[in-house]
Amino acid sequence: MFDSKQFEKDAAEIMARYDQKKAATLPLLHLVQEKIGYIPPEGEQWVSEKVGVAIVHIREVVSFYTMFRTKAIGKHHIQVCTNLPCVLRGAEQVMAYLKERLGIDAGQTTPDGKFTLSSVECLCACEIAPMCQVNDRYIGPLDRAAVDKLLQDCV
Amino acid sequence: MASEMVLSKRLKNPGGAWFDAYVADGGYAAAKKVLTAMTPAQVIDEINKANLRGLGGAGFPTGKKWSFIPKDSPKPKYLVVNADEGEPGTFKDRYLLERDPHALIEGMLIAAYSIGCHKAYVYIRGEYIEPYRRFVRAIEEARKKGWIGEAVQGKWDWEVTVHRGAGAYICGEETALLSSLEGGKGFPRLKPPFPAISGLFASPTIVNNVETLCCVPPIIRNGAEWFAKIGTPKQGGTRLFSLSGHVEKPGLYEAPVSVTLRQLIEQQGGGVRGGKKLKAVVPGGISAKILTAAEIDVAMDFDSLTAAGTMAGSAGVIVMDESTCMVKALLTAAKFFAHESCGQCSPCREGPGRLYKIIQRVAAGQGRRQDLDVLLAVAGNMEGKTICVFADAAAWPIQSYIRKFRSEFEHHVETGTCELGHAYAHH
Repeated sequence: MFDSKQFEKDAAEIMARYDQKKAATLPLLHLVQEKIGYIPPEGEQWVSEKVGVAIVHIREVVSFYTMFRTKAIGKHHIQVCTNLPCVLRGAEQVMAYLKERLGIDAGQTTPDGKFTLSSVECLCACEIAPMCQVNDRYIGPLDRAAVDKLLQDCV
Repeated sequence: MASEMVLSKRLKNPGGAWFDAYVADGGYAAAKKVLTAMTPAQVIDEINKANLRGLGGAGFPTGKKWSFIPKDSPKPKYLVVNADEGEPGTFKDRYLLERDPHALIEGMLIAAYSIGCHKAYVYIRGEYIEPYRRFVRAIEEARKKGWIGEAVQGKWDWEVTVHRGAGAYICGEETALLSSLEGGKGFPRLKPPFPAISGLFASPTIVNNVETLCCVPPIIRNGAEWFAKIGTPKQGGTRLFSLSGHVEKPGLYEAPVSVTLRQLIEQQGGGVRGGKKLKAVVPGGISAKILTAAEIDVAMDFDSLTAAGTMAGSAGVIVMDESTCMVKALLTAAKFFAHESCGQCSPCREGPGRLYKIIQRVAAGQGRRQDLDVLLAVAGNMEGKTICVFADAAAWPIQSYIRKFRSEFEHHVETGTCELGHAYAHH
C-alpha cells in the first residue's frame, strides 16, 4: 500500500529548496524510491500532484533515468561497471565470477531476494578498476578474493 | 612540481575536508577579500588574466563566460555547478566533492558575487552518494559559519540547493543538465540562446564545472599572474588528471597543463603495467579520439591536444598496453554511447545503436567485408547534425580507432579471429 503520510514532511522540505515546483520532480522520485524501494504507479501519481505536472511526464522521467526503478530489487544491489577502464583491468572476469557465485545473469535477482546483479556504465572510480557499487558503497579493485569478501560482508 | 600544486595539496589529506581545517589552510580568505574589497568587474578581470578555462571539458574561458551575464536583466541570475561527472575515465570531481568541499563552496560564492547571483544549484550525479553526503555536510557547516545565507560578510545574500541526478550521462551536457534540473528528461537544448542569456527557468545562468570553481579561490589568493604562469600562454594553472587502464599506478595526479602525455604515463602513472609496451591512449575521456604510442609527446593543454587531432576533454587518461584488442576496446566504447544517447535527434537515436551492432558482429568473428566502411560512413553522418555534441563524441572513437588500427580490424573481419586471442563477451 502506498502511504505518503510518513514522508510528507520530507517532501515539504525538499520542495521549499526549489524556485519552481517542477524542479522538485527528481528529488521527490528519489524520496519515494528511498522509502518504498521502488517507484510504484501511486508514487508517480503522488509526485505528479505535488509538482503539478501530468503523470505521463512523470512516467517519462522515471523511464529516462537508469537509477529509477518500477519494481522491487534485491537487498544488496551489485552494480558492476563494464565500461572501458574497468574492462581493461578485468571487469568481464569479475562479472562472470559474480554470475557464477550468485547463479543469476546481469539484470536478475536471486530467488531469495538478497542480491540483484546489474551491468552499468562508468561510475567514475576508474582508479579502483575493476569496481562495483553495492547499494551506497563503491568497492574495488575487484578480483575473485575481493568478490568473495564482498558477498561474505553482505551475508 | 610541488610548488605548483593548486588543488591536490588539500586532497592528499582526507581529514582536511571540514571547515576548521579549510580555514587553517587559508580558506575563505579569498571570498572575504572579494566581498569586502573587490567589485564584480575586478574579479572577472582577475579570472580573465589568470587564463582559467572550463575544466569540465569544453575549455571555454571562465571569466569571459561570467561576463556574458546581462547586467540589466530583471530576472534572477543563477549559478549552476556541474558535478554530474560521468565521462568514462574521469574521477577528479569526486575527489574534490569528498575531500575539499569548502574549496568548491568558496569558489561558488566568488562566482555568485561576480555574476550577481543569489541562488546556486549544485547538480551531483545520482550514483555519487558519499560525495553528496559529504558535500551537504560542508554546506551545513558553511551555513552555520555564516558563509551561506543572508548578508555574508555584511555584503551578499545567497542560498545553495544541492540536487541529485538519477543516472544519465547526457546530463553532464550543460543544457541537458538544466532540463534535468527543471524536472524533465535530460534533453539538450539548441544554442543560442546560451544559458548565460536564457538558462535555468529561462533566466541568465552560468554553468561551471567543480574543478573550474575550485581554482577560483587560489587565483584570488595568489594572484592571476601566479596562476597564469603555471600554464601555457592561453591556459593557466594545472589540471587534475585521472589516470586509468594499464598503468602501474592508476590514480588522480595534478600537473601543470603543459605536462606531456608521456610524462603523465611514465612519471605519475609509473609506466605501463608489468613492463609491457604501450599501444594506445585516450587522452581526455572516452569521447576523445585515440592516440597511438607514437603520439604521446604532446602537451595536455586544450590547444595542444586539439592541434594533435584529439581533445583535452575531461583529462581522463585511459592507457592501453600491447595486449589490448582494439576491436574489443571500441566495442566497449560503442556499447556506452548506444546506451547513453538521449534519443532526441534522429541521427543520434539511430546511429550509436547501429554502430554497436556492427562492431558486435565484427568482434564476434562475423564481420562483413564492407563493415569497416559502413562504420565510418555512419559515424560521419552523425557528426555535426544534432543538437548537442554527443553524436560527435560517439563518432570520434569509431573514426579514430578504425583509422589508426585498421589492420587489426581487417584481421577480425577477414579471419573471424583476434590475433591477440581475445574472446568476445556479451554483457
